[in-house]
Amino acid sequence: MDVEKEAARIAEAGESARRFARDPVNLPMIHNWTEAIGDTNPRYTGPDAVAPPAMVQVWTMYGLNGVRDADDPLGAMVRVLDEAGFTSVVATNSDQTYHRYLKPGEHVSVTARLEDVTGPKKTALGEGWFVTTRSTWYVEDEIVAEMRFRILKFRPAVAEKPKAEPVRTQVIRPAINRDTEYFWEGLKQGELRIQRCGQCGLLRHPPGPMCPECGATKPKYLVSEGYGVVYSYVVHHHPRVPGREVPFVIALVELDEGVRMLGELAGVPRIGLPVQVVFTKVDDELTMPTWRPREDR
Amino acid sequence: MTAALVGIGATEFSKDSGRSELQLAAEAVRAALADAGLEPSDVDGLVSFTMDTNAEIAVARELGIPELTFFSRVHYGGGAACATVQQAAMAVATGAASVVVCYRAFNERSGHRFGQVSAAAAVNVDNSWSYPMGLGTPAAMVAMFAQRYMYEYGATSEDFGRIAVIDRKHAATNPHAWFHERPITLDDHQSSRWIAEPLRLLDCCQESDGGVALVVTSLERARSLRQSPVVIRAAAQGSGRDQFTMTSYYRDDLTQLPEMGVVARGLWRQSGITPSDVDVAVLYDHFTPFVLVQLEELGFCGRGEARGFVASGALELDGSLPLNPHGGQLGEAYIHGMNGIAEAVRQVRGTAVNQVADVEHVLVTAGTGVPTSGLVLGAP
Repeated sequence: MDVEKEAARIAEAGESARRFARDPVNLPMIHNWTEAIGDTNPRYTGPDAVAPPAMVQVWTMYGLNGVRDADDPLGAMVRVLDEAGFTSVVATNSDQTYHRYLKPGEHVSVTARLEDVTGPKKTALGEGWFVTTRSTWYVEDEIVAEMRFRILKFRPAVAEKPKAEPVRTQVIRPAINRDTEYFWEGLKQGELRIQRCGQCGLLRHPPGPMCPECGATKPKYLVSEGYGVVYSYVVHHHPRVPGREVPFVIALVELDEGVRMLGELAGVPRIGLPVQVVFTKVDDELTMPTWRPREDR
Repeated sequence: MTAALVGIGATEFSKDSGRSELQLAAEAVRAALADAGLEPSDVDGLVSFTMDTNAEIAVARELGIPELTFFSRVHYGGGAACATVQQAAMAVATGAASVVVCYRAFNERSGHRFGQVSAAAAVNVDNSWSYPMGLGTPAAMVAMFAQRYMYEYGATSEDFGRIAVIDRKHAATNPHAWFHERPITLDDHQSSRWIAEPLRLLDCCQESDGGVALVVTSLERARSLRQSPVVIRAAAQGSGRDQFTMTSYYRDDLTQLPEMGVVARGLWRQSGITPSDVDVAVLYDHFTPFVLVQLEELGFCGRGEARGFVASGALELDGSLPLNPHGGQLGEAYIHGMNGIAEAVRQVRGTAVNQVADVEHVLVTAGTGVPTSGLVLGAP
């Protein structure tokens, strides 16, 4: 469809026929409007009340179930642009001129004509056309108000890929029991804890309730310095993992204390890379151990 | 061992079976019994995987199996495959049952897919050291081993790719294979997308819908049945030191599969054969790197030497150790290793589509990276 040609045709049709307001200017509607807006100007109340000028458009609104007249130029132009694929709309300008106050009992009518259509323009919202119409309000043959109204009809830019849900809400949470809660509690306090047998001192991760070395069931822990090297790693591409954007790196780190531990690595991975722990808070209940390359190496 | 495999049955292998997992199980079991020349009323034992959704009693109801005196499940995913046959053989040997059917049936592609991240799996405390850290798929878990294996032994992605090429080559001439007439080249493998580096798409087995069933009875009874019996020469399970499911990352060495070493020792000891006596190897191939490690763990080559062994052509149908003549799980279907056991039976019978000549001993392995199992099957 040739938008400019259609625009010329609609503009050439000139001014639409006068369309009368549903009701004459009236006090009850004025009261409703000033109350909603919070306008307490005394000129809009009492026996000599006049209508607020900015209400002019209100008098000739179509109402909830109204249908635009066939010769309404804005309606016609919107249909043209819809068909051409410029399906979204945003109002950009509305300049109104008031020639006098309206009084209750006056019956307003309005006409409209298409003033200008320019485009296609590239905008932040997407490519589109600016459509400008001019409306004129009358009482009898007297012009009482005018409005220049401009909209942008645009083709929405292709939506960006939805980003993965934030880690905060979607991450897979660990199952925690009495054998493992010391570890997760430590992370919340900024400590990377490694299980140490209370009897023979064996360090162990992942932990368990009974020392496989001496059989003791009094596990304690030491707080790791948080330094180690990448022992192996994976760059995960597919499928999506809840709470993460792909690709991402998961590293198996051998801590200086001698145990290995998994965690996401922020950085370019390689086996042997010196790393340090980062306590990544997910929410008040969960902090995860993650790795980053050591800054001092 | 005094037990034999006397019947095999399967549904078609697809991506969308269009029926329930129970129906797949019932169809496979019925087909296996028909192959054996037995009736449901002859069955008194059923074995499956813990992961199977079809209860023994549900399968018995569908088949009209009147009474069961033995029913059992094996844990650890695909590691259960050969162990179901071990369970059946032990039941027959002890007199706990006389005819035992092993089965596995699922809609693993159209229903619950193992390749996706299962948030529910993290409720297991062991899994809480991996899933919350973002390591939540079997491919990624194997990739962690593969990366270290490459580092230690200089193996490359192409070395892994050669396994996929062999499997797909064999599947291409197997009409039951999903990838029938669809072989791949090493270039295809190298240009397939990353799943979890260093694993590419074509390093990963399929996801499949289907069911397989296997009938086990005593060798004595087997001799009077329809098929030439396939003797269970050895059946072994194995788990290793500091064993985890898919994430045994805390052992000294990440380039080995010690649980498969346990299985290997059991198989060679029970069967009295050595690796050089194996005529066909059906090795569990959910991900290609672990096929290389298995070759080393089972003693077909030394540590770190699998890539040379594979590149030598040994695994071709006319090589010294034909691998997965049905196409494996990369080429035929992923039925959690059970379709590999059915292929081993056909190779011993001499009825496989890609039949290897003069087969005396077939080695079958189950899932890798998990506590696992294996079989040596042979002619009577």
